Amino acid sequence: MLLFSLRRLMLAIPTLLGVSLVVFGLVHIAPGNPIDMLMPPEASPEAIAQMKIAYGFDKPLYIQYFLWLGHAAVGQFGLSVFNATPVWDQLVVALGNTVQLALLAAFFGFGFGIVLGLLSAAYYGKWPDKLFSAITTAGVSLPHYWCAIVLVMLCAVLHDWLPAQGMGDDSLPFYERLQYMILPVVTLMLIPMGVIGRLVRARVLDIISQDFVGALSAKGLTRWPVLRHIIKNAAPPVLALMGLQFGYLLGGSILIETVFNWPGSGNLLNLAIFRRDIPVLQATILVLATFFVLLNLAVDVIQAAIDPRIRR
Amino acid sequence: MLDAANTVAAMEVRDLTVRFRTDEADVAAVNGISFALAPGETLTILGESGSGKSVSLKALMGLLPRQATITGKVLLKGTEILSLPPSQLAKLRGGAVSMIFQEPMAALDPVYTIGEQIAETVVQHEGVSHRAAMKRALEMMEHVRIPSAARRLKNYPHEMSGGMRQRAMIALALACSPSVLLADEPTTALDVTVQIQILLLLRQLQEEMGMAVVFVTHDVGVAAEISDRVAVMYAGRFVETGSARDVLRSARHPYTAGLLSSTVQGVMRGKVLETIPGSPPSLAHLPPGCAFAPRCSHVAPVCVQSQPPVLVPHPGAMVRCIQDKPLHLPV
Repeated sequence: MLLFSLRRLMLAIPTLLGVSLVVFGLVHIAPGNPIDMLMPPEASPEAIAQMKIAYGFDKPLYIQYFLWLGHAAVGQFGLSVFNATPVWDQLVVALGNTVQLALLAAFFGFGFGIVLGLLSAAYYGKWPDKLFSAITTAGVSLPHYWCAIVLVMLCAVLHDWLPAQGMGDDSLPFYERLQYMILPVVTLMLIPMGVIGRLVRARVLDIISQDFVGALSAKGLTRWPVLRHIIKNAAPPVLALMGLQFGYLLGGSILIETVFNWPGSGNLLNLAIFRRDIPVLQATILVLATFFVLLNLAVDVIQAAIDPRIRR
Repeated sequence: MLDAANTVAAMEVRDLTVRFRTDEADVAAVNGISFALAPGETLTILGESGSGKSVSLKALMGLLPRQATITGKVLLKGTEILSLPPSQLAKLRGGAVSMIFQEPMAALDPVYTIGEQIAETVVQHEGVSHRAAMKRALEMMEHVRIPSAARRLKNYPHEMSGGMRQRAMIALALACSPSVLLADEPTTALDVTVQIQILLLLRQLQEEMGMAVVFVTHDVGVAAEISDRVAVMYAGRFVETGSARDVLRSARHPYTAGLLSSTVQGVMRGKVLETIPGSPPSLAHLPPGCAFAPRCSHVAPVCVQSQPPVLVPHPGAMVRCIQDKPLHLPV
C-alpha cells in the first residue's frame, strides 16, 4: 500500500513537469511578442532590448524555463503585467474565494448526488427512481449559466430574497455574507449532483446484481450490513469522479463567476486572458493543475485503500 | 432413509412449488418437490441446467426475488420457516441453514478480507465481539485445512486459488455450525483434482458436525461420490428418487438412464457417448403430460395425455413414470 502510494507520487512528477512546460510555452505560443505587449508601440529599439534583458528573454529558451520553474516552485510568479501587483497575492485571494464556493458546492452536490443515486437504485424502476433520475439528468444537462440567470431572475430580480451578485462586504456579519454564496453554490452544485447521482445509481444497480450480494443475504446479514458492503464496493469509481469534479470546482467556473461577479479563480483567469496578463495566466493554470494532479493522487490512494484489486 | 416415526428430520420439504409471474409469462420453475433429510444425511439433486435445482435451493433459504410465488412447507427440525417474518428468516440463514455456491469468487465480497467475511457472519448470528469472531474465523480456516490459515485470513478473495476460495467459502458457511448445508454446485467451477479434495472435505466435515446436506449438481460422478440419496430433477419435478446406489446403478426413469449413459463415467471405453435428443421444455409452457415425453425413447401414448403415475418400486424409492423396472443401461 505504501509502495503503491509512493509509486503514484513518483508518477505525478512527470505529469506536473509536462504541465509546467505547456504553461511556460503559453508565452511563446500566444500570438504576438510578449515584449510588444509590455511596451508602448512607439518604444525605441534600445528600450525594447533593455526590456528583453530585464525579463530574461535574451537567454536561451531552456534557461528561461528553468529560471521560471525555479521561481514558480517557491511561489514567485512575478508581477502582474496589468497592475504590477504580485501575481501570487492576486492568486491567493482569488483561489480563496473560489475554494469557499467549491467546498460548499462539493459538499451539497456530492451529498445530494449520493442520496439521490442510492434512493434511485433502491426504488429501481418505480416512480421515485424516475423522479430522482430526472433530477440528476437535469443536473448534468441543463446549461448552468442559464440556471444561474434563471435563479438570479427568480430570487433577486422578481423577489428580493437573495443578493444577485458579488460576495458582500467583509464588514457584513457571517450569515449575511453566506447569503451571497447561496445562488452561486446552488448553481455550481448541479453538475456534481447530477454526475455523482447517475454514477451512484449505475454502480449500485451493477453491484446488487452480482452474486455476492445474494450470498451476503444467504449468510444472514440484515439490510444495513449488506448496504455497507454495497457502498464499499460502489465507492472507488464514485470517489474518482468526485476528485475530478472537485478539481473542476476549484478551477472555478468562468461562466458562473462572471454571472455572479464572484472574484474567484475563474474570474481571474478570464480577466488575465482579456488583459493578456501572461504571468497571472501562467500562475493560475500551474497552481490549478497542481491541485488537480494532487487531488487525483489522493483519490488514487484512497481507492486503493478501499479496493485491494487496484493496488498493483 | 429417515424413519419418520422416531426421528425429527433436520429438514423436511413438502410439496414446494415456485412460480415466477411476469407480464409475459408464468414460469413454473419448481412443481411440487418433497423430501425429508435426517441429520448427517446427504441428498443430491441431480439435473440439467434449468431443471429448477438452484431455484429450489434458493427457495429453501427464502432468497428468491419478490416476483417469485412460493407454496408448500419447509420444516427445519419441525418448525415451518417459509411463513416466518423476514427478520426471523435472516437469523436462520447462515446460522441453522447455510449455503455454499458454485463460484466462490463471485460469492465472496471482493473488497473484504476472508477473515472479515467469516467474522462478520459470526458477529451477526452470535453477537460476539469482533475479536472472538476473528478467532472463530481462524479456527474455521484451520478446520477446512487451509495452510497457514492465520496469514490467509488477511487475504482478499482474488489473492487465493479457486480451491482455496471454496474452502474459505465452506469455512464461512460452517462458522455458525448449521444443521443443514445447502451446496449449489460447489465443485463445478473447480479442477477435477481439486473437486475430489473439496468433496472429501465436505464428507468429513459433515460426519464431524452431523449436518444434513442438500447437494445440487449436474455431474453424475460427483453425485455418486457424495450422496446417500439422489433425487433426479427434470422440469421442476423429482422424476426419480432413491438411494444413490439404487438410482445410479439401476435407473428406472428413462431420463435418469439418459443422464447416466451420456456421462463419461457410465460408459465403457470405445463406445460413443449417447446424448438425450432434444432439449428441456420451456418452464413457461409445460406440457399437460410427462415433461420428458417429447425426448423419451420409451414414450407411450398415455405419456403425452396426462401426468405419469408416481410409482414406489420399493420403500424409500420413487419413480414418476408409467413403469418402475430398472432400465437396461448400455454399460
